[in-house]
Amino acid sequence: MKILVAVKRVIDYNVQIRVKDDGTGVVTDNVKMSTNPPDDNAIEEAVKIKEAGNATEVVAVTVGEEKAQETVRKALAVGADRGIHVKVDGILEPLAVSKILQKIVDKEKPDLVFMGKQAIDDDCNQTGQMLSALLNWPQATFASKIDVKDNKLEVTREIDEGLETIEINVPAIVTCDLRLNEPRYASLPNIMKAKKKPIEEIAASDLGVDVSPRLEQLKVEEPPKRKAGIKVANVAELVQKLKNEAKVI
Amino acid sequence: MAVLLIAEHNNKELRPFTLNAATAASQIDSDVHAVIIGQNSADAAKQLSELPVVKKVLSVEGAHYENFTAENFAPVIVKLAENYSHIVCSANTFGKNLMPRIAAHLDTSQVSDIINVISPDTFLRPIYAGNAFATIKSNDAKKCVTIRPTSFDPCESTGGSAPIEKIDASEEFSNTKFIKREEIKSDRPELGTARIVVSGGRGMQSGDNFKLITEIADKLGAAIGASRAAVDAGYISNDHQVGQTGKVVVPDLYIAVGISGAIQHLAGMKESKVIVAINKDGEAPIFSVADYGLEADLFEALPQFMEELNKLNTIQK
Repeated sequence: MKILVAVKRVIDYNVQIRVKDDGTGVVTDNVKMSTNPPDDNAIEEAVKIKEAGNATEVVAVTVGEEKAQETVRKALAVGADRGIHVKVDGILEPLAVSKILQKIVDKEKPDLVFMGKQAIDDDCNQTGQMLSALLNWPQATFASKIDVKDNKLEVTREIDEGLETIEINVPAIVTCDLRLNEPRYASLPNIMKAKKKPIEEIAASDLGVDVSPRLEQLKVEEPPKRKAGIKVANVAELVQKLKNEAKVI
Repeated sequence: MAVLLIAEHNNKELRPFTLNAATAASQIDSDVHAVIIGQNSADAAKQLSELPVVKKVLSVEGAHYENFTAENFAPVIVKLAENYSHIVCSANTFGKNLMPRIAAHLDTSQVSDIINVISPDTFLRPIYAGNAFATIKSNDAKKCVTIRPTSFDPCESTGGSAPIEKIDASEEFSNTKFIKREEIKSDRPELGTARIVVSGGRGMQSGDNFKLITEIADKLGAAIGASRAAVDAGYISNDHQVGQTGKVVVPDLYIAVGISGAIQHLAGMKESKVIVAINKDGEAPIFSVADYGLEADLFEALPQFMEELNKLNTIQK
């Protein structure tokens, strides 16, 4: 089996983001960027499946500006075999990304496509489902466990009510939850080796996909601030405040 | 054109967030139709017809709809979509799984997880774990919108009598097979709709220690939440997780115990009306959103909290 893994470059999950004064977005200059966290889980799972002898090749793909390539390089350092960077500047909506990935799937013919269940920047939670719709493939979203069985996967999904298990035939899309696995760190020798692994660069314009935005972002603003709270000295005071001041118990 | 609401249900009855989604749908356009797809779901369809905001119910029945598989649901809704300007459902795991599949088929850029309807084409939605709000205008002819259920009040559930129209089922998608669902049954209120939530984090140190939280939750009639760290550590099951990738809750009272307050956790609870933080680290970020902060060892504070509650003559339920 061949596994294609899509990765996205986002503001690092530890960074407290700042909204731009002019309301056009959030500040990204001089801000630490990383791979979208559940995309790391997607890469890890693909590499584990390959290590278990159930996959022959892991290809990492990203869609985005020049620097997005760092995420592919990182995927190569933890075990992906080669990379693809679809170059495109500007805001990309999940629909556009899924159309680009569809073209890459047509070209690469993977058996599985993995990616994170949600990007932590726009919090859209759409790309995997959209790609599976465009391909008419099965989708296993929010996966916290994957068992490979011949040409099927048994996937445990995290849903609001608990857990759901489904069986999907390949080719298929899986979107990964943070609980799927523990992503490994890249060792220094592997980072060096990754520099020699090939990354194919493709211009999005060569794929014949219309990526123009359908949504207008009219304004980005800070959410309303909470009023500063107080520290209480002990539990008795806390309970008294909840009862008599906040009147919630 | 009317708005099409996708009902979430368990084949017997509507799931509560359908009522919140119905409110959001009715704010987009007063002409709301609702589609219910299931197996032996006539009772839930009847319930749907009784929501006063719903003007018409479309009912689709089939054995392959029993487990709400998106691959089976999407073609039904795509077919119906030609008569509607908007498709709406909740941004919970049901809607998150389903709506993008519909949107891609309709070649529409979905607007996810809205918290306010500004106009029929313009919506407010949180981005970056709720650390920014974006105002988004959709220029697509058909709009696919998922709504954050806790940002909209549930609609009235009785008094309506919308006609129920039966619609033909679509073909089964054979490459996805449902195996099983493990639901954790509990007599406590649902996390998403509870008036009070008591949550534990990594500071709880073990699953056993969660009984300190359970005890207080029972006393207060509260739901139990958890940080991702607590779920990852195996202290408690995933359906309790509050945060950016878990559930978003807005109870009247949220008590965070042994939770440091990572951005990702705050995303799921910082809209709560009153927030209490109990943590022994006075510098923990959770205190920045807390109305009442108690810097204390939770293993001393929780038993005392229980004692103090026992002293009260009355407790609101």
